[in-house]
Amino acid sequence: MDLKDLYQEIILDHGKNPRNLGKFDNYNKDAKGNNPLCGDNVHVYLRLNENKKVEDIAFEGHGCAISMASASIMTDMVRGKEEKEVKEIVTDFLGMIKEKDSLETNILKDDEKTKLMSLSGVKQYPMRVKCATLSWHTLTSALDNSDQIVKTED
Amino acid sequence: MNIDDIKREFPVFDDKIQNNDLVYLDSANSSQKPRVVVDRIYDFYTKEFSNIGRSVHYLAVAATNLYEQTRVSVQKYINAKDKDEIVFTKGATEAINLVANTFGQKYLSEGDEVLLTELEHHSNYVPWHFLRKAKNIKIEFAEINDDGEVTLEAIEKKITNKTKIISVSHLSNVTGAILPIKEIVQLAHSKNIPVLIDGCQGAPHLKLDMQDIDCDFYAISGHKMYGPTGIGILYAKKKWLEDLPPYQGGGGMINEVKKEGITYGELPNKYEAGTMATAQVIAFNESIKFMEKIGIQNIEKHEKKLLDYGLEKLRKNNSVNIIGNPKEKGGVISFTIEGVHPHDIATILDEDGVAIRAGHHCCQILHDKLNLPATARASFGVYNTKDDIDKLDEAINKCKKIFNL
Repeated sequence: MDLKDLYQEIILDHGKNPRNLGKFDNYNKDAKGNNPLCGDNVHVYLRLNENKKVEDIAFEGHGCAISMASASIMTDMVRGKEEKEVKEIVTDFLGMIKEKDSLETNILKDDEKTKLMSLSGVKQYPMRVKCATLSWHTLTSALDNSDQIVKTED
Repeated sequence: MNIDDIKREFPVFDDKIQNNDLVYLDSANSSQKPRVVVDRIYDFYTKEFSNIGRSVHYLAVAATNLYEQTRVSVQKYINAKDKDEIVFTKGATEAINLVANTFGQKYLSEGDEVLLTELEHHSNYVPWHFLRKAKNIKIEFAEINDDGEVTLEAIEKKITNKTKIISVSHLSNVTGAILPIKEIVQLAHSKNIPVLIDGCQGAPHLKLDMQDIDCDFYAISGHKMYGPTGIGILYAKKKWLEDLPPYQGGGGMINEVKKEGITYGELPNKYEAGTMATAQVIAFNESIKFMEKIGIQNIEKHEKKLLDYGLEKLRKNNSVNIIGNPKEKGGVISFTIEGVHPHDIATILDEDGVAIRAGHHCCQILHDKLNLPATARASFGVYNTKDDIDKLDEAINKCKKIFNL
């Protein structure tokens, strides 16, 4: 285990200055997620246009550097993507965080993949995986219009 | 007392944990176990095992005697009047649930109030919340002050003629505040209100005298007292245990079972249904002996020294904020670092073998009040040294470095 794998510069940067933090007015989908063990929470808002494209996305919440960075990078990455593509990215990301060595989707450009892979260090810290995945599960829940509050899972 | 000698009695410190010497600062969560306790479990299972209370064969009788010896040891340790006032449970959580459930059944009805404090652990709130749902009772919370204490006055302020029971912590697992429980009991009794003390953090660190405190109920966690998991103790005045209905039904707690009806067993069997955590109860006797050998006054003194040293050290460390400043405080230091989330602190400290806890420590009401989603917490046990605190301080500095503070 190496802390430098976990706390890469990009994570510290996004953790400290999360992008897309806040709420915007004309969102049409949203969902809440929380981590009952630690009390961290996230609320994802997004606007899906008539072509099923994510026109805008933002999040509110508080949490550790990992969870804030993950939500920040995620919201950056899915803006402008179609719902179908977003779902593919989410599945790919969750697979990578849990078991796979790399991202497989063709939707993301190489530099986007590199950015996402900065979160792969949490694999070595099983207790922290949920920090990285909470916002992603919440995004899925928002897209699916689920009223259920997302709780972290392993 | 020589801490190095005491520390050697805990096998967990023999080996490196992830290539580090273990700096265990999570005893408020659960304490480490001395060899005598671990060995006792092994010996019981390998040489003496039998279920208790049912059979007449040699092993059963011997096991029953051992089990009952722990009851007497606990009675003496906490200076209860009668050994039948000691009920074994699976933990302090079950002890509180037992009281909430049985007292609630018999004495609480719509509109009645239960008085807690904002400091309470979830295990001293959720069981009462069940009653709020089931019986429409009200739950009141005595407020903490700016120092993270709950004063007698804060309790008094919330007592009304609807208050039917008061249930408060002995020692806060977050701010470390020691509550004036004896005075709270006196005040409550002057108004005929019984008092339950959640002693999870009190029992491992403070001298206990049930007859002096005079509380009606006192809940104890075994695993925080250098004992095994799976065992807790409910101390309750005999009049309550005789008066309240049984909690769980099953074997062992009955007197006579007929198709037409059932009569319940005598104390303490009435509250110990089913096969109990026999090995753990028997091994818990060793925990009591271990603490008696050192002496609770010595444990208190040692932990107070550590606390003073830790507070002094961390107060000097820039960007560390210590949560609460109670006048009477146990060996718990909760803190935050400006710009670093407690979970990140805990992960980074762990890299150097410094084991702390991060989160809301099962006290969300308190964290809401403090307007903090989470805190980091270092808590002490008898095996901790000043060196552990120095390592904590160094690891905090490393944390600040990683986060460019």
